Amino acid sequence: MATKILTEHISTPGIETFEVYRKKGGYTAVEKAIKKMTPDEVVEEVKKSGVRGRGGAGFPMGMKWSFLAKPEGIPRYLVCNADESEPGTFKDHYLMKNMPHLLIEGMIISSYALGANKSFIYVRGELMYVIRILEKAIEEAKAAGFLGKNILGSGYDLELVVHPGGGAYICGEETALLESLEGKRGNPRNKPPFPAVKGLYQSPTVVNNVESIATVSWIINNGGEAYAAVGVGKSTGTKLISASGHIKNPGVYEITLGLSCDEFLNSDEYCGGVRAGHRLKAVVAGGSSVPIVPGALFLKTANGEDRLMSYESLSDGGFVSGTMLGSGGFIAFDETACIVRNTWNFSRFYEHESCGQCSPCREGTGWMQKVLNRIEHGKGNMSDIDLLVDVSKKIEGNTICPLGDAAAWPVASAIRHFRDEFEWHIKHPLEATKPGAVYMGDGVLV
Amino acid sequence: MTDTNTKISFTPERLAKAKEMIARYPDGKQKSAIMPIMHLAQEQFAWMSQDVMDYVASLLDITPIEVYEVATFYTMFHLEPVGKHVIEYCRTGPCVLMGGEEVFSHLKNKLGIKKGETTADGLFTLKEVECLAACGWGPCFQIREKYYMHLNNQKVDEIIEELSK
Repeated sequence: MATKILTEHISTPGIETFEVYRKKGGYTAVEKAIKKMTPDEVVEEVKKSGVRGRGGAGFPMGMKWSFLAKPEGIPRYLVCNADESEPGTFKDHYLMKNMPHLLIEGMIISSYALGANKSFIYVRGELMYVIRILEKAIEEAKAAGFLGKNILGSGYDLELVVHPGGGAYICGEETALLESLEGKRGNPRNKPPFPAVKGLYQSPTVVNNVESIATVSWIINNGGEAYAAVGVGKSTGTKLISASGHIKNPGVYEITLGLSCDEFLNSDEYCGGVRAGHRLKAVVAGGSSVPIVPGALFLKTANGEDRLMSYESLSDGGFVSGTMLGSGGFIAFDETACIVRNTWNFSRFYEHESCGQCSPCREGTGWMQKVLNRIEHGKGNMSDIDLLVDVSKKIEGNTICPLGDAAAWPVASAIRHFRDEFEWHIKHPLEATKPGAVYMGDGVLV
Repeated sequence: MTDTNTKISFTPERLAKAKEMIARYPDGKQKSAIMPIMHLAQEQFAWMSQDVMDYVASLLDITPIEVYEVATFYTMFHLEPVGKHVIEYCRTGPCVLMGGEEVFSHLKNKLGIKKGETTADGLFTLKEVECLAACGWGPCFQIREKYYMHLNNQKVDEIIEELSK
C-alpha cells in the first residue's frame, strides 16, 4: 500500500471539522513544533525532507525558507498560494474543500518557523465556497487555542487571513499574487528583489503552494528523514496528481513519487486506463503549460526505459522527448482528440490570461492564437507551422514571468510531436473542418 | 443606471463586514481589502457600475481609478448589468475533452442566447470563463458560489428548469 502523507484520512466522514481532524491526530504537529522545537529546527526538518514546491516550479521548500531575510523590526509574511488556475490542475481545490485543517495546521507550523505573525491564504475568487470552508476551520482552530494570541501558552501569536482573488491565472505567479494581495492589478514584478527580501508590503515574504504547506505537519510528526525516505532520488515524498481527460477514473490521486507512468495510467487504483474502447494518443503530464507528448513517450523515455512519475524521469530527454511534472495536472487524450484544436484552445487561454505587461507575451500569445485559429478552421498556410515555432521561440525566455514560457511550450511541443497533424489540417481543410474530424496518423496511438 | 448614485450603500450587515475586512490587513494597507469588498459589493448590487466602484473607493479611502484598474483586470467582476443568474461556464481544454463544447452549445440553444448575453426575461446571463479548477469533474459551470459538475444536456435542462421556477 502506497504511503498516504496527505490523504490518509480524506474519506473520513466529518474530517473537515476540527473535532474529527483532531481525533485523527490533527494539530499534534503544531503542539510538537511550538512546544518542543525552535523555528530553526522546524526549517531544518523541512530542509531534510527534500520536499519540493508543489505549485509547479519544484524548488526545494526548505531552501526557499532559508532565503527569507530577517531584518530586525520588520514583519515577515507567509503567503499560501491557493490561486490554483493551471488547466488540468484541481488538487488544491480537492484538498482544501475536504481537509481544510490540514492546510491550516501547516500554515501555523510554517508561520512559526518563519517568524510570521500574520499569514495569508490567497484563494482564487471562484472558489468562494472553499473560502467559507477555510474561514470556518480557522474559527474552530482559534477557539481551540491553536490560532490567535499566545498559541498554546507559548507567547507566539498568529493571525490567518483568507484572501479572495478575482479571476486571473497570472496571480498564481508569486509576485503577481503579491501585487494582487496589495489590492492592485496582477502584474508580475521584476526580480530581483525576490519576495524573500522584498515581498508583500515590501517586507520579506515566503510564498508556498497549498500542497507544499500541507506536507509540513507530516514532516514534523515523522521527521524530515522519514519523508525523504519516501519517493525516489530528489523527488521525495508523495504528490497529488489531478487526473482528467479521456481516462476511466478522473480525480485526484496521491502517488508516491517514482510510481511508473504505466501503473498510474492503467492501474485501477489510479486512472483505470484510457476510457473503454479507446486508445491513448497524447498526454499533458503536469498542467497545460508543460510540453505535450505522444502517449508512447509518456510511458517510456526515448531510450526505452520505463517513465516514472518523478521530476527527473518526466523531464528525461529534455524538451526533445520529455516533459515536466509541473503542478501534477495530468490530462490524457485518446484518438478522438484533435491536437490542433486543443493547442488552439490552450493558446486562447494564454492570450486571455496574459497580463499584457511584456510585449513578447502580450503580442505573441495573440498571434499564436490567431494562427492556430486559422489552421483549425481550414484557412492555414504551410508556412504557418514554422511561423508558430518562430513566435513561440521569441516569447520563450523573454518575459518577466513564466507565463510567456507557459504559452510557448504547448505550441512548440504540439508541433514537434504532431507536425503531420498540423500539415493534414492545412492540406485537407474541407475534411479537417468536418464536425468531429480527427487526423489518424500512423503509429501514434498506444 | 446613473440615477442610482445616492442609493449606493451597503446594508448595515455588509457595512460591518466591510469594516471587518479592512481591519484584517495591516494599518495603512487597507487597499488590500479591495477585492474582498468588491465581491461583497457584487453580492449586493449584482454588477460593478461606476457608482458602485466609486462607493468601494470611498470605503477604502482610495481614488476611484484604483478600483477601476482592479475591476477591469479581474474577470469575476461584471462591468455591465447581468441577469439574476450568471452562468459562468468553462471553455478550457479539459472541460472540452469531457464534451463541454456540446453541452454548452446545448445550454446556449436552450436559453436562446450567446455568450455574454442575457435572456429577455432577465433571468440568465451567460459568461464564458477559463479553467475553474474542476477539470476531473467537468464539464462544469458555476452560478454564484455554487459549482455544477459532471454536466450533460439533461442535467443542464434540469438546472435551468429549477432556476426558472
